[in-house]
Amino acid sequence: MASLRPGEANLGTTIMAVEFDGGVVVGADSRTTTGAYIANRVTDKLTKVHDLIYCCRSGSAADTQAIADVVKYHLELYAAQHNEPPTVKVAASLFQEICYQNKNNLSAGIIVAGWDARDGASVYEIPLGGSIHRQTFAIGGSGSTYIYGYCDKVFRDGMTKEQCVEFVKNSVSLAMTRDGSSGGVVRLAVITKDNVERIFVPGDMLPEQYLG
Amino acid sequence: MDPIEIRLPHTIQRPKATPNYGPRTHTTRPIVTGTSVIAFKYKDGIMMAADCLASYGSLARFRNEKRLMAVGETTLLGVSGDMSDFQHMQHTLESILTQEYDMDDGQKLGTKSVYKCISNIMYNRRTKVDPLWNSYVIGGLDNGEKILGYVDLYGTTYQSATIATGFGGHLAQPILRRRVEGREDELSEEEAVQILDECMRVLFYRDARSLNKLRRAKVTAQGVEISEPYMLETNWSFAESITGYGS
Amino acid sequence: MTSIGTGYDLSVSTYSPDGRVFQVEYAQKAVDNSGTAVGLRVKDGVVLAVEKIKHSRLLVPHANRRIMTASKHIGVATAGWISDTRHLVKRVRDEARDYRSTYKVEIPAKIIAERMGMYAQAYTLYSAVRPFGVSTIIGTVDADGPQLYMIEPSGQYVGYRGCAAGKGKQVAKTEIEKLNLDQMTAREAIKEAARIIYAAHDDSKDKLFELELSWVCAESNGLHVHVPQDLFDEAIQHAERSLNDDDDDDEMEGDDE
Repeated sequence: MASLRPGEANLGTTIMAVEFDGGVVVGADSRTTTGAYIANRVTDKLTKVHDLIYCCRSGSAADTQAIADVVKYHLELYAAQHNEPPTVKVAASLFQEICYQNKNNLSAGIIVAGWDARDGASVYEIPLGGSIHRQTFAIGGSGSTYIYGYCDKVFRDGMTKEQCVEFVKNSVSLAMTRDGSSGGVVRLAVITKDNVERIFVPGDMLPEQYLG
Repeated sequence: MDPIEIRLPHTIQRPKATPNYGPRTHTTRPIVTGTSVIAFKYKDGIMMAADCLASYGSLARFRNEKRLMAVGETTLLGVSGDMSDFQHMQHTLESILTQEYDMDDGQKLGTKSVYKCISNIMYNRRTKVDPLWNSYVIGGLDNGEKILGYVDLYGTTYQSATIATGFGGHLAQPILRRRVEGREDELSEEEAVQILDECMRVLFYRDARSLNKLRRAKVTAQGVEISEPYMLETNWSFAESITGYGS
Repeated sequence: MTSIGTGYDLSVSTYSPDGRVFQVEYAQKAVDNSGTAVGLRVKDGVVLAVEKIKHSRLLVPHANRRIMTASKHIGVATAGWISDTRHLVKRVRDEARDYRSTYKVEIPAKIIAERMGMYAQAYTLYSAVRPFGVSTIIGTVDADGPQLYMIEPSGQYVGYRGCAAGKGKQVAKTEIEKLNLDQMTAREAIKEAARIIYAAHDDSKDKLFELELSWVCAESNGLHVHVPQDLFDEAIQHAERSLNDDDDDDEMEGDDE
């Protein structure tokens, strides 16, 4: 797998997505680093690839942006040809194919989430090798390793939209404070069949936690 | 209309990770991996088992993974190794199966053909120094004949009454040799399940990349049947009396 | 076609003065000479039927099928040249496979119909090629339910509830129009399709023919398959019976006169 080249910007990241009945919540921190230097402290890692489909990017900033651009183009084409919006599954499959076929040259760990009329809310995770995994909730990026335990304990099936927002906010915040490569602000997006609602949590207003 | 090509222009143009001279390499390393598969012949056909874990290094990342699948109506496929390569293989097989279906010639792709097919794909890829990082176990009934074979990333193949991949080769194979070999035509389903569970229990105890959530599958004259995930009973209570490190 | 066509019917790359492309119309003639093909889209599936005219008693039953499968859930029934048909069916299969490998889902009917329409149309543009002498009926059940499309040699493609091509298409279309397709089940449609093929068959022109019947529905597990033998036999009995009933009616009318 391609490792970062000297000077390459890294989304050493915490990203997350959770399904609820009627939609998904996606979330991410905002730190981009080159080595130990924070190249951007207010990055937006939640990238729209279609009206109701977002991806959360982790790994190389350049690679994941390039992939998202290609997928965005294909989804636009798909919508025009099919005269209907693409499903999340189709979007995730396009990401997966690119990540798999170019696995030697890419470092990209992507979560694809959104809503479509066919399958409702869905979350797909595409880790480094280019495999694809349907999940009810997914966490990714370097920060995620610190919160597996927390997420497994707190997550329950059938949470409401508000509970999911809290869950993502808390999880990402916890990862941000333990992972040096994650930090800044928490960005969230709630995708439902009608719209996408963006939520912003400033870095000085994160949920309270033990800091000793 | 031409099919849509997915390309990443910038990855083609930018300097390759490996130089243009010297050996050309594609091989990477497995990232998301599945551990052992075990399988053996018994009276009614083939039994197979694998757990539901796809690891990410030592992280137990995906705990609901299907590593056993049916290929056509009489063949069972079990996989160890890289999950992205396995998904690639799934699509390839689906494509071949569709092609065969479309022929509409009354022929069904039997276990021997599926085995040959997968072997060829695996050997072909290793010849390109770009192997699919997997070990596959293929089992089934071909015109009533029990077939059980193995293929790995080097294109190595062999057939046997008992097969175990990965850690299973070290931990389960000795058990299978003792309990199955020579008795593959008399083993009842009940005993077969018992042997399978015994092997999987040992693997759960001793393989650090295993999970106590597994599926069992069988191929009989009735076709392929893959179970829902289940857990094995384990025993830890004896450890209560063990203290210190035994000097 | 004889008077106006002179000189303007040799190539698809030349229009006639009144704006026609005669080669395309001739291709349509090739379709009209063929055994009848029928497609019915009903509430729970799609049924395809073909009157395969046999030019020899020596032919093996079920050989040279004119209903073929392209991608497990897609059925293709055709009227026209069988050799052109095989080429087009290969194209359908290739398109279905490419779509699957790109999007990892089965190709929807409207997309395969559009792509096949585009393909057929390309063969009406260049002097070096001949349009396909085939009308292609595509029947499938996709994520949006049962679908039926027909692609003409011109490249025109239209979605239908019921459609017909070939020699008996007028008779067949008249019969199809009488059916309440939206209320009908695939099982009922099988019988109707068989009956229509038998009604459209002209015994005075072609003595020997073989009925081909296929469907895609819940009973076939969403796959395109030739209908099971018992249903097939039942459908033929139904077709023959209603044909005889019609004959009896004719005779009775004759008696009255």
